[in-house]
Amino acid sequence: MSSNTFLGMPSLPVFGHGNLNATEAFPKAAHRELGNEQLRANLGHATHTIRDKRLKVVAELPDWEDMRNAGAAIKDATMANLPALLEQFEENFTARGGIIHWARDAQEANEIVTALIRETGETEVVKVKSMATQEIGLNEYLEEQGIAAYETDLAELIVQLDHDKPSHILVPAIHKNRSQVRDIFLREMPVVDPLLTDEPAKLAEAARRHLRKKFLSAKVAVSGANFGLADTGTLTVVESEGNGRMCLTLPETLITVMGIEKLLPTWEDLEVFMQLLPRSSTGERMNPYTSLWTGVTPGDGPQNVHLVMLDNGRTAALADEMGRTALNCIRCSACMNVCPVYERTGGHAYGSTYPGPIGAILSPLLTGIKSEENNSLPYASSLCGACFDACPVKINIPEILVHLRGEDVDSKRAKVKVPTQMDLMMKGAEWAFSGGAKLNLLERGLPLGKLAAGRDKVIKKLPGIAGGWTQSRDIPAPPSQSFRQWWAKEHKPGAAVVPGNTAEDAGNGSEGEQP
Amino acid sequence: MSAREDIMNRIKSALRDAPATPVVPREYRRTSDMTAAQRLEQLVDRLVDYKANVFLTPAGEAPARLAELLAGSASIVVPHGLPESWISGLENDGGTPAVHVDSPEHRLTTAELDAVDAVVTAAAVAVSETGTIMLDGGDDQGRRIISLVPDRHICFLNVDQIVEVLPEAIARLEASRPQTWISGPSATSDIELERVEGVHGPRTLDVVILT
Repeated sequence: MSSNTFLGMPSLPVFGHGNLNATEAFPKAAHRELGNEQLRANLGHATHTIRDKRLKVVAELPDWEDMRNAGAAIKDATMANLPALLEQFEENFTARGGIIHWARDAQEANEIVTALIRETGETEVVKVKSMATQEIGLNEYLEEQGIAAYETDLAELIVQLDHDKPSHILVPAIHKNRSQVRDIFLREMPVVDPLLTDEPAKLAEAARRHLRKKFLSAKVAVSGANFGLADTGTLTVVESEGNGRMCLTLPETLITVMGIEKLLPTWEDLEVFMQLLPRSSTGERMNPYTSLWTGVTPGDGPQNVHLVMLDNGRTAALADEMGRTALNCIRCSACMNVCPVYERTGGHAYGSTYPGPIGAILSPLLTGIKSEENNSLPYASSLCGACFDACPVKINIPEILVHLRGEDVDSKRAKVKVPTQMDLMMKGAEWAFSGGAKLNLLERGLPLGKLAAGRDKVIKKLPGIAGGWTQSRDIPAPPSQSFRQWWAKEHKPGAAVVPGNTAEDAGNGSEGEQP
Repeated sequence: MSAREDIMNRIKSALRDAPATPVVPREYRRTSDMTAAQRLEQLVDRLVDYKANVFLTPAGEAPARLAELLAGSASIVVPHGLPESWISGLENDGGTPAVHVDSPEHRLTTAELDAVDAVVTAAAVAVSETGTIMLDGGDDQGRRIISLVPDRHICFLNVDQIVEVLPEAIARLEASRPQTWISGPSATSDIELERVEGVHGPRTLDVVILT
């Protein structure tokens, strides 16, 4: 095993590509999505259902916080020792007959998977829901190459049949309600009972019938992985429906695409994550099915087992000392379900495969802050911190959001020589807040604001960049006097004092002008 | 340079600040303080919550229980290592299901498995706190495919195989064996996040706990 020490020249971060970008600025996309009342009703219902379930099963465990502490430490330890752990994993997986491929980016991963499918002579594959393959746009790429990829997870199937995009990492069709799902099935399934009702059990049965033959005859499956265990070379897929088991067990060839950050150092570590993940994601004590495989087992399951290890910007995220803990994410989606912004805008507004609070940090970390509109994502938050509280591996999402906002501002500053409106405003604020007398001087302008507000007593539009603030809200009219002015009037030390001077004295008295 | 070398170099470059490796605090529960009776009660509660059918049966009555569960079934599959006594009740009784044995010498095809009414297996270990039964491909559990394709899974469990918390099960299992962890019948929460039982895996899970 080689050492972790890097001896060469430090290289510039190499960012990722694929379905990782906001294609329009978040405020604009959010504004459009907010107009969709059906979407908001569906999302509100779903996120509240899952929140309540999560809280209930988390409260059952006396050692939930101990588990979170262990989970966070295990992932930090994983990232700190990633080269050695990857080598250890590779050695164990390969020793058991698995074959490992490495992909620098989305394009390379897509090419590797395509070549592996071509080797089998097949033109159809079944797929287990996987964020990594969503991220690299594998389905679209395979389609261009004449290979049909069938999504088998119910929600992914709904999205695929509807030619739509996922809007949530755990429940990609969370934006659809049951009657919308029924309509999609009636329209898109080649064989379907025309009397299909919108009862979820009936819809699940329709999906079973639709996919059964595919499963039983599939020769090649493509999956992601939830965890890779370095000390044993074991891969894990966590699921509910059994579509995962079908794909991982029946075909002759299994191709798994996994991000390099998905490792856990030891088998024992799985005991922490298999408690954290199900309770955080679906709000269940345990998900119905978990499959584990280590390379090839003779006579049991696929006999050609491949794994594509994906970078695609993960090393760039790792290079960001403030942001690297975003790689600790286990894709549970708890942060989405508690986020007041996600709950209202839905996942499509974020553009990237990874929406919600984690997406707002992960996407720009993987692609670089300057990629397309990803610099707008770190602002898609009120910084309320609910995501941090919910995160099973304690990723400090608000802190990373602020860090990335800083990156965004710095990256623009570097480009622009002339001071921006924001720079000028900040300079002005620096002057005004540097002393009570200066602030007081400005406050004398308050009656002007009141005048500007007019008879409605609201200001509907501010000039310049301040206009962004009034885009979605009104400012109430300012009062005719400030607190200091009021104080000065109420606490006149003597009768014959010039009002201006008194106000200044009072201001200095309470706040103190420090030299 | 190969992609592997490239990625390794990128990682090492990214970690040039040499972040510290924290000591993992393992203060969470790693052993049970429940009695066997409490674990049994908890497991039954969880399995029922998942809509599995649970039967507590004295070990000696296993054959009778199985015969009762399989009344009306035409055929079943069993792994070659399943205790013969369990299926003895079937063989002694004329009009009962045909028993197909899946073994390394005679592996059933997917189509054959799709045609049987049920699969009967043992299990490796069970976790009461989460209602999880683990199969590890032992001779009495068989290949993963046999407990997947049939629409009904009848799983036998000995009461001494029940642990309370997941770490206890992890300690009993061997990572490199092909495993399936099962917590109730196949289910989905994909439509409006409401759990519905019965999708692609066995839609009926019967758990016979031998006391």
